[in-house]
Amino acid sequence: MSGTIAWLLDETPTSRMQARLGRLYRLTLAILANPLAVVGAVIVLTLVLTAAFAPLIATHDPIAQSLSERLKPPSAAHWMGTDELGRDIWSRVVYGSRITLTIVLLVAAIAAPLGMVIGAVAAYAGGWIDRALMGLTDIFLSMPKLILALAFVAALGPGIENAIIAIAITSWPGYARIARAEALVVRRSEFVAAVELQGASAWRVIVSNILPLCVSSMIIRVTLDMAGIILTAAGLGFIGLGAQPPVPEWGAMISRGRSFILDQWWVATMPGFAIVIVSLGFCLLGDGLRDALDPRRKEG
Amino acid sequence: MSVEASIAPVPGVSRRQGTAGRRIVRLAQNLGAVGISVFLTVLGLMAITFFIGRVIPIDPVAAAVGDRAPKDVYEATRLAMGLDRPLYEQFYRYCVAVFRGDFGMSLSTGNRVVDDIVRVFPATFEMASIGIVVGVLLGVPMGVWAAARQGSWIDQVIRVLGLMGYAVPAFWLGLVGLAVFYARLRWVGGPGRLDIAYDGMVDPVTGILLIDALLAGEPAIARNALWHLALPCAVLGFFSLAYIARMTRSLMLDQLGQEFIVTARVKGVPEWKVIWKHAFRPIRIPLITVIGLSYAGLLEGSVMIETIFSWPGLGNYITTALLNADMNAVLAGTLVIGAVFIVINKASDVLYRILDPRAR
Repeated sequence: MSGTIAWLLDETPTSRMQARLGRLYRLTLAILANPLAVVGAVIVLTLVLTAAFAPLIATHDPIAQSLSERLKPPSAAHWMGTDELGRDIWSRVVYGSRITLTIVLLVAAIAAPLGMVIGAVAAYAGGWIDRALMGLTDIFLSMPKLILALAFVAALGPGIENAIIAIAITSWPGYARIARAEALVVRRSEFVAAVELQGASAWRVIVSNILPLCVSSMIIRVTLDMAGIILTAAGLGFIGLGAQPPVPEWGAMISRGRSFILDQWWVATMPGFAIVIVSLGFCLLGDGLRDALDPRRKEG
Repeated sequence: MSVEASIAPVPGVSRRQGTAGRRIVRLAQNLGAVGISVFLTVLGLMAITFFIGRVIPIDPVAAAVGDRAPKDVYEATRLAMGLDRPLYEQFYRYCVAVFRGDFGMSLSTGNRVVDDIVRVFPATFEMASIGIVVGVLLGVPMGVWAAARQGSWIDQVIRVLGLMGYAVPAFWLGLVGLAVFYARLRWVGGPGRLDIAYDGMVDPVTGILLIDALLAGEPAIARNALWHLALPCAVLGFFSLAYIARMTRSLMLDQLGQEFIVTARVKGVPEWKVIWKHAFRPIRIPLITVIGLSYAGLLEGSVMIETIFSWPGLGNYITTALLNADMNAVLAGTLVIGAVFIVINKASDVLYRILDPRAR
């Protein structure tokens, strides 16, 4: 055991894998030392496990209606009560974690690489390409995200795929900014000059030498942005532009419960707790990652 | 990010103090540059709304008149919209129309969109403005307090509150607020701007009900309006408070770590004076940017809040139009909120430059 730890913490790793594992180990230690980050990590892990094993965790079928059981308060049979069609809210919240996870992962998978490439190309090319790309980025950055996403979905048509596209369109500029700032530093370093002297193309330098160095700050930013993505997706679902019935999306569930909020409070309240907890988890984890990976900026 | 970048301390640049005249010239140049940048950004915003309205829909005519319009209406609209012309000319005509204030007709209300927006905007303005006042009055002292007691339980509570601002959906908080404070406790008024009994009893002069009611000499109606404003403004105020407290805390911590603070403490300056006179003074200017961003954010946040509280403002107008596929109204609303957002951001930037002696 102690041998493994010494191998992980070795100051002069002999292989790439040893260096990577060592860094991962140090990161884990740093996260574990920060109680709030641990809470965040546990929440995010729980979300992933819930989504993966939803059929085992749910007590009922999330879309099976039972009109005799409609609008029942929380009880032993229905932990979070039932909605206006007699569906079990707990099971719907559990299955809803799959939707939420899909949305945040797809948005991150579209927006982060797009932003990274735009930022890195701008920094590496410089000149008018840089000015044009960053001008576009600034225009998108100075616009309200939710409204823009709303307008995009309104034109594309309601639905979960279009909601994902709209949120991705509004969230890439932040990543482009970060990637450009990082790439500006890297492109002047000597190893980039060395690769260029060996005749590597601009594209190759960007993809295999600049982008990998932007990844860690990108992961921090994506984790911090997850809460915002979840809230925007839920907002679109709430207005009726996101996931369509009977899909158990949390925002849409709150919207259904709106008519019953005064008497049957649980219908709208329960999915909201899920959103709050999951968003908070991503915020805490993101803060912890930032403190661990980027010691220059420590704030609350 | 931009806030943090713009408030980074400027390293001790010793610049020769210009004469007053030169300062005014430089200020005018700055304002000119900001004006151009606002113009370009708004133009970009218009390019986006144009793109959303004319390029994305497969059939923009059907999107404008509905798919059950008779053939001749359809054809007339197609020509009126200039869809037979090249795209760049369409965009030029769109820009000219928008600068004239012509956003077309609204399908859902049957009025000119610009008239609708002028009518509903004051309701949003009233709500967001009271919200930001709540946020500043509570958020700034809370941030200062948390920084002064860094690591204490009060600091932890304020930090968690700050994070909640990023994690709680505004529409959900509004609903829970209605269930608790309106339905159960009866502490605040329900949805809408007034009780039904008072509806339409005050002539809209400014459109801001509190002022209109007082102008009309109806304190009872003003009180009722305040009663209805309480909950939506509290919800908006919470989000602005969370952001402002978080930023104030981090700005204060930067200041409290500086050497002149240590010097002041060593000299025996009382602690309240160290906090408010030495540490707080320098952060007043960056705080303006923070407050500006937060205010712009509230205008956007009001879209969700207005839906919950049936508040007849711009946000409600947009969501109603969305559900009726009334794209003229949706895009005009998007454009107005976006433009106000851009102007507030740039204005706080300009104020920052005017007030900060290092950036002059």
